[in-house]
Formats: sequence, structure tokens, C-alpha cells
Amino acid sequence: MSTQIDQNAQTETEVAVATPSQDGKTPLLQVKDLHTWFELRRWGFGHAGYVRAVDGVSFELRAGDAIAVVGESGCGKSSLMKTILGLHRPTKGEVIFEGKSLSQLDREGMRWYHSQVGYVQQDPFGALPPFMSVRRILEEPLIVNGVRSRSERLDRVREVMEEVRLLPVGDFLNKFPHQLSGGQQQRVVIARAMILRPKLIVADEPVSMLDASVRVEILRLLQSLQRSHDIALIYITHDLSTVRYFARRVFVMYAGNLIEQAEVDELLREPMHPYSQALLSAISDPDPRNAHVYRDVPPGEPPSLVNPPAGCRFHPRCAQREEGLCDVDVPPDFEPVPGHFTKCWLYR
Amino acid sequence: MSDELRVTELSPNGAESNTLLQVENLKLYFRTTRGVVQAVDGVSFELARNEAMVILGESGCGKTSLARALLRLLPRNVEHFGGSVLLDGQELVGMSEEEFRQDIRWLRISFVPQAAMNALNPVLRVGDQVAEPLMEHVGMGKSQALEQAAAAFRNVGVPVDFLERYAFELSGGMRQRVAIAMAMVTNPALILLDEPTSALDVLTQANIMNVLKRIKKEHDTSYILITHDIATSSELADRVAVMYAGQIVEVNDAEHFFRIPFHPYAQGLMASVPRIRQKQEPTFIPGQPPSLLNPPTGCRFAERCPARFEKCSQEPPVYEVGPRQLVKCWLYENETKPVVLHETLA
Repeated sequence: MSTQIDQNAQTETEVAVATPSQDGKTPLLQVKDLHTWFELRRWGFGHAGYVRAVDGVSFELRAGDAIAVVGESGCGKSSLMKTILGLHRPTKGEVIFEGKSLSQLDREGMRWYHSQVGYVQQDPFGALPPFMSVRRILEEPLIVNGVRSRSERLDRVREVMEEVRLLPVGDFLNKFPHQLSGGQQQRVVIARAMILRPKLIVADEPVSMLDASVRVEILRLLQSLQRSHDIALIYITHDLSTVRYFARRVFVMYAGNLIEQAEVDELLREPMHPYSQALLSAISDPDPRNAHVYRDVPPGEPPSLVNPPAGCRFHPRCAQREEGLCDVDVPPDFEPVPGHFTKCWLYR
Repeated sequence: MSDELRVTELSPNGAESNTLLQVENLKLYFRTTRGVVQAVDGVSFELARNEAMVILGESGCGKTSLARALLRLLPRNVEHFGGSVLLDGQELVGMSEEEFRQDIRWLRISFVPQAAMNALNPVLRVGDQVAEPLMEHVGMGKSQALEQAAAAFRNVGVPVDFLERYAFELSGGMRQRVAIAMAMVTNPALILLDEPTSALDVLTQANIMNVLKRIKKEHDTSYILITHDIATSSELADRVAVMYAGQIVEVNDAEHFFRIPFHPYAQGLMASVPRIRQKQEPTFIPGQPPSLLNPPTGCRFAERCPARFEKCSQEPPVYEVGPRQLVKCWLYENETKPVVLHETLA
């Protein structure tokens, strides 16, 4: 594979050859039976088990499509994302981008992959180097990817800054991250993710650190960029109330597994898995009546990923569990309604 | 399913005699190298016994400074600290630091700081930490204090054998409960909570809110809950105060506030909440809050307000639009019904 990405022109030809995905045949991204386990060591060397952060996840994403992965902290959603980004090596299974498996890519191949995939971090201030100006931050990916001409780089930087509405551009070019508000910092992070014209953006809780009034603004921005540039998006969040913005499909993750997947409206209307139901009913809308009732919350906490419970991983907390079944056998994917999958024995 | 809580109706008259905390024109200014920051600028409100007041605001609006002012946990660069804070009729502002420490802090008013779960001492057992306020402030012996700590653990839903554990052995939600146990163990009249659930997961959040509701019901505690999360705050609020750029711009009861608030800023905030059970599109408030170094002379929200008119260049007074309903906005000079600026709220 010749992946010397010097000019955009070359990227374009590369794309034309490598992607039949444009006509919807091959998905942009395929995740097949992905496992990411981290080894635990005792005293630094003795093997002491694995943290099964991602444990058998499969899905497909078409070009220009958007999905959301919803789950609580520690459910493995960040590990899943980092494996997709190529930052963790999968223990088992494959991530396939435009028909190429990440494990087959050499160094140059990975560089090409990283130019195709943008990453929007959760904490914008932590994600931006404090001693670099906005201009330097946005130029860096272009330099790394061999755009030699200074004026060409600057043109692209200006173009992206206009797209994320850091306006007027001249006011922001030479500012440092600490001189920007939280919302503006997150715009810089989004601009950086966009600058190489990626085909996929992974956004990890992009608004959870921002104030309520700014959140909607940033979500709208991401949404409009995703649609106007036809970028595929994986939106990772713990907040079900914001998934409607992007995603057509939403995946619910619990203890390393995708336990339910459905169209967003369908899931919000009729969640099937008892965990998804609990998640949905725990979210409040502003309503004065809330203060007079207790919320129904399943007992206990998510299980340890070192020794997850046998059978369904939610069964110790589930009010509808069936002894002898849920605590023994791992539920497969059931499809009670076309396109709506859930790993729960209730739907067998 | 969920059992109903008893709804305590406060009659307007009964509320008067029931006042626990009365804050009048509270000011807290900080000295910085770039000038004086007016973090809390003339804040007034009152709180009844067994009432939960939510103070809503965005980051940088001065809400944490307000908590620090009420608790007198002040840094060294205070330029000006004034006004009046009456707790059960007793003035707290002029009180000496030593008196405040001995009589008020932790005994009458306790505090759950922001990210409290990370504020626990890593080298002390959590049980000892919860018992500490009793030994320090009440003068209890250690064994008795530990017994009380165990009772507090049961109250917030932490298994009693966790008394022996260290903070790193507990999950975030459990640590947050320990912090709440520490605040309630002395049975104070008022607990200040600074963003008690903002770093937690949805289910844990709902759980902590349940715990706070139960404590309020069983122990007649009052809360001041400082947060930016409108949806979650409605889980606890009896009343709501909205803070913007160092000032309180609206005080309202939850019943009215979470339907249609008065102040244009409060309406903007309300319209910006993504809702899961309704399909309306949330909107955002353009612009940014002003700097507290040199706040604008007129209404501080005017620059971002969709309803501004000539008068807004002067500072608006506080209008009383209903019983215990106050709003600092020129729109309410001759008006006592909310002027709806966002169709999504109507």
C-alpha cells in the first residue's frame, strides 16, 4: 500500500481506489468480535488475571453514518474507542477500516489510518498543549502529514477555524488555550480533529465538561459538520438525553458487552434490556414533581471486569432474572423487533 | 416502584416564622493581580427550615464563592467581605473566626465540597474520617463517635463494614456517600452541597439524590445545593435561585420555576436542557458571561438577552412578582406573569 500522504490530491486518489464504501457495499468500519483485555500482574510480573474491558463487541459503521455508544464509567466504552483508534492492541478480534485490518497495517499504514480518523477528547483543556498557540496546534497535524507549504497550511487552518466558527479567525490564531473559554477550547479540539479531512470522528463525551448553555451549541456544531462533510461519527457518552443529536443507532454498553442496539427513537421509546430501562428512567427532565418521588435504581454497582459474573453480567442487579438461566448462560443477541437487538433472556 | 414522598406545604405565614437562614446583601470581592473580582455581589435570599434551595449558575458565576462565603472558608486575597448572614437570628458575618469554628461550622452548617469523593484523606480509614467531626466539634469519645459514624453510614446506604476501608477501596458513588455521611453525622440544621453529583454516572446520581431526599425527610435538614445541572436539581429543589455574574437574578419556588421561570437568563437555561421525554429541540444562549473584573454597569445579562431594551443599560431593581418570588429584570416593572421568550417553554 502506497501511503505517503503528501498532498490532499493523493489522499483523494487513494480513497477512490480503496473505497467501494461510497456505494454502500463495504462498511467504512467493521468491528468484529473485538476483545481488549489488560493483563494484571502481581508484584510486577506474576500473572494475576485480566481486566476484560471490551469483551466481544461487533458492529459496522457505514460512511457518513453516526452511532452513539452509551454506558457508565468503567463499562469499557473508552477502551473500545481507544482500540478503534489503534491506541490499544486488541487481544482478539479485528478492527477493519475500509477493508483493511488495523493489525495488518505497518507504521506508514497506521499514519494513514490516523489521518483518516479524528478524535475529540472529553476535557478540552487537558487535550490542548498549554504552550502552543491555536495556530500551532492546528498546523501540527499538517506538518506531521507532510504539508510543506506554509501558506497552504495556514489556508487550511483558517478554513477549519471558519468551519468551527472561531470567528474572526485573526483574533484566535495566536491565542493560547488558557485564554479561551471552555466552549472555544472545545471548538479548537474539533478543528484539530477535522483538519486532515477525516472520514471518521470519534467523540468521547465532547460536552460533558461544558456548561449547559454552551453544550447545545457544541453539539449542534458537531452535528452540522458531520452532516455537511459526510463524516462518520462515533459518539461516546453516558448521557442518553444528547444522543438524539447525531446518532441514528445507539448501542448500550454494560461491563464490556454491547447489550442492546437499536434506532435512537426506538430505544428511547421502548428500551428492552432491564439495564437500558434503568438507565433511561434514572435520567431526569426538569420537572417540579421529581422532588416528591424516589427514583427506581437497580441495587448494587457494575461488576468488576476482572471476574465478571457468569451468565448475563447484569443478573446480580436485575429484578427480572431467572435463576438457573440468567446466572448460568450468556444471553446471545435476540432480535424481538427487526433492527432492535438485545442480549437478554427475556426476549428468547 | 417509587413510593411517594410526603409533600410539605409551607403556608406563606408559616414560612415566615420558619426561617432558618437569611442572607442580606452579601458581598465577597477578591484581590487579584488584574484587579478586584466581584465574585459575590449583593446576594440576598432566605431559606426556611427543612427546605432545599438550589443555586443554579454556570461556571464562573460565583456560586462556589457564595458557598465559601457562607461557610467562611475564605482564601487570603479577600478584598471585601460584607453584608449579613443570619442563622436562626444569629449574625455570622461579624463573628470571630474561632467562634465560627467552634459553634457553627460542622455543628450547624456542614459542607460537601465539589468532587468530595476525591477530597477524602487517602491514609485514614473512612470510618475515622466520618467520626472526626464528632470528636473535634462535639467532643465525643472515639468509640461513641464510631458508633454514630456507623449509623450515618447506614443512613446514606454504605455497608457498615466499609468503616474500616480506605478511600481508594471505594467506588466514586460510595465515596460521595461517605462525604455526605461526614456532613450529616453531626446532625446540622443546614448542609451545603457543591455539585454533589456532577462527576457521577446517571444511576449513581439518581441513587445519591434518593439518599439526600431521605435524609431531608427523616432529619428535617435544610440544603443549599449549588449546581449547574438543572434537570438533576429538580430532584431535590423546593426553591431555586439563579445566579448570573455574581448576582442572584431570580428566586422562585420549584413549582413555578421548572415550568416557566421569570428571568430571560433562567428561561434560556431552561430551554437549553436536552429533554429525553419530550421531542423539542433545545436552544443555546449566544455569547459568554461577562468578566467579574469589570462587570457591565447595567443589567449584566443585557448583552446576551433576546428581550433587552433601553432601560437595560441601568441596573434593574429586584421586583417581587409573587409570594417569595423575586426577579431582577426590567421586564417585570409592571408585570407579574412570566414573559415567555422561548416558544419551547410555552
